[in-house]
Amino acid sequence: MFTATPLNRRSYRNQSLAKAVFFLMTVVLVIPVLLIVGTLVVKGAPAISWEFLFTAPTDNMTAGGIFPALVGTIWLVVVALLASVPVGVAAALYLSEYAPDNLLTRTINLAIINLAGVPSIVHALFGFGAFVLFFRMGQSILAASLTLAVMTLPVVIVATRESLQAVPQAFREACWNMGATRWQTIRKVVLPNSISGILTGVILEVSRTAGETAPIMFTGATAFVAFLPEGVLDQTMAMSYHLYYIATQATNVPEELTFGVALVLIAIVLMMNAVSIGFRVYLRGLKKW
Amino acid sequence: MAWYVDRAARVLVFVGGISAIVFIIGIFVFITKEGLDFVLGPLSLGEFFTSIAWRPTSNNPTYGALALIVGTASVTGFAMLFSVPLSLGAALFIAEFATGKTRETLKILVEMLAAIPSVVWGFVGMSIMNPLIIQIFDVPLGLGVLNAGLILGLMAAPIMTTIAEDALKAVPDTYREAAEALGATRWEVIVKVVIPASRNGLLAAVLLGVGRGFGETMAVLMASGHAINLPTSVFDSVRALTATIASELGDTVTGGAHWGSLFTLGILLFVVTFLINLTADIVVRGIRKK
Repeated sequence: MFTATPLNRRSYRNQSLAKAVFFLMTVVLVIPVLLIVGTLVVKGAPAISWEFLFTAPTDNMTAGGIFPALVGTIWLVVVALLASVPVGVAAALYLSEYAPDNLLTRTINLAIINLAGVPSIVHALFGFGAFVLFFRMGQSILAASLTLAVMTLPVVIVATRESLQAVPQAFREACWNMGATRWQTIRKVVLPNSISGILTGVILEVSRTAGETAPIMFTGATAFVAFLPEGVLDQTMAMSYHLYYIATQATNVPEELTFGVALVLIAIVLMMNAVSIGFRVYLRGLKKW
Repeated sequence: MAWYVDRAARVLVFVGGISAIVFIIGIFVFITKEGLDFVLGPLSLGEFFTSIAWRPTSNNPTYGALALIVGTASVTGFAMLFSVPLSLGAALFIAEFATGKTRETLKILVEMLAAIPSVVWGFVGMSIMNPLIIQIFDVPLGLGVLNAGLILGLMAAPIMTTIAEDALKAVPDTYREAAEALGATRWEVIVKVVIPASRNGLLAAVLLGVGRGFGETMAVLMASGHAINLPTSVFDSVRALTATIASELGDTVTGGAHWGSLFTLGILLFVVTFLINLTADIVVRGIRKK
């Protein structure tokens, strides 16, 4: 018969105590998310209307809507994706399908970690020095988007590499045995089996790109333009920079308006994240192997 | 034909593969190129690291970055003070105690925490935390080390939690089972087996968190008060290295000394984050070797 000794009881008390303490710590960490989103919704919701979303700011930013900033953010994200997704997927393909375990591969991995770890304002300095000045793009959507693309490249690489590596090795071997080349195997077997995972990463990148401010401040975002961008060499407004500008630089902006902008920005970002997470959970359910 | 396509693909994919290295070198080259004139010219290292007089726009400009370095260090330090224990605790709970739905929900909430853009955090600091701090502590200004530190801690928490959780998960289950078979409780298993086995991974998580806090720009710019000042209390305003670049670069003459001084701050930031990431990488490699 098992009877609990005082020592057993103390151990179990310690265990329950530890569990409770760690649970509390987790809650303290995640509660702010709910508080912040809640506050933004309560204070920002009154500002949101069709008119707010589809008109330009007026009266020195103290009234009107956010349409040019929304359109600008879409431009920035699309151009950044066009640049970073092909490069990022190629990098992940190299790392997962070709790279031997050598010094070069280790250096690439270290470079990816560093690219993700370099402060966003340093990316901004790089974007200014390289794209705006050296490659003479000027302050433009192109320069800003390329800066964002370099900065978010690790997101695509890491997500893509993970989904490529989730494809069982046996799939590749079966294909090689049929006489297929490495590239044929990648195109017909590896990519089709991992495309949805790659897509999840791309959506995550959209969410990241849309929220960044520092990298676009000096490379292409501007406080106010009366017209919508017509090409990649125009400057543009952007949601994130617009929020920074009306929160710190502009004067007499009604509180409700600023909260409205913050709410729209966080809604875009969190929605993209939710889609990405939902997609991932759905895929896990589908998995055939 | 298929052979040529295969060759071409191999080359293209390789070019993509080394792109990350190219960009890292590119970043270093371009910020050094713009900062070099200043480093070789007006910069005096003694003044840079010991003076708090950052007056790049005065007639007799001085470039003392001490207050900016202390500003960054104080905010990051304060952030880590509460963020490291909370993040490690959360990682332990998610990896070792939580199961099923609870675990999924907590992981998603941590991901949401990571998704909030830094400009929104800065706005939260200005518009929600600032009045709260003024009210609770009865101080004239709520923008300072406390405000920016709290926000930075929350921003750095998800990366620490995620990486620490990965490190805990990497400990083989057989270790846990062996300890449990000897009669150890969950808590004893964690303290005596799991934490020692994942020590390096946890350390790397903390390092990457510090790097994240150190390099954060917009939130610190908006929530720290942005005053050049050596802080004596958590309510004092400070100014961070990153925030200085963000707020001043727009007003400088391209190629001038002020411009160069900001790129020099950029070089400093780049080098320090590079060292932090390198250390984290070496620490992690330490576990794999074992």
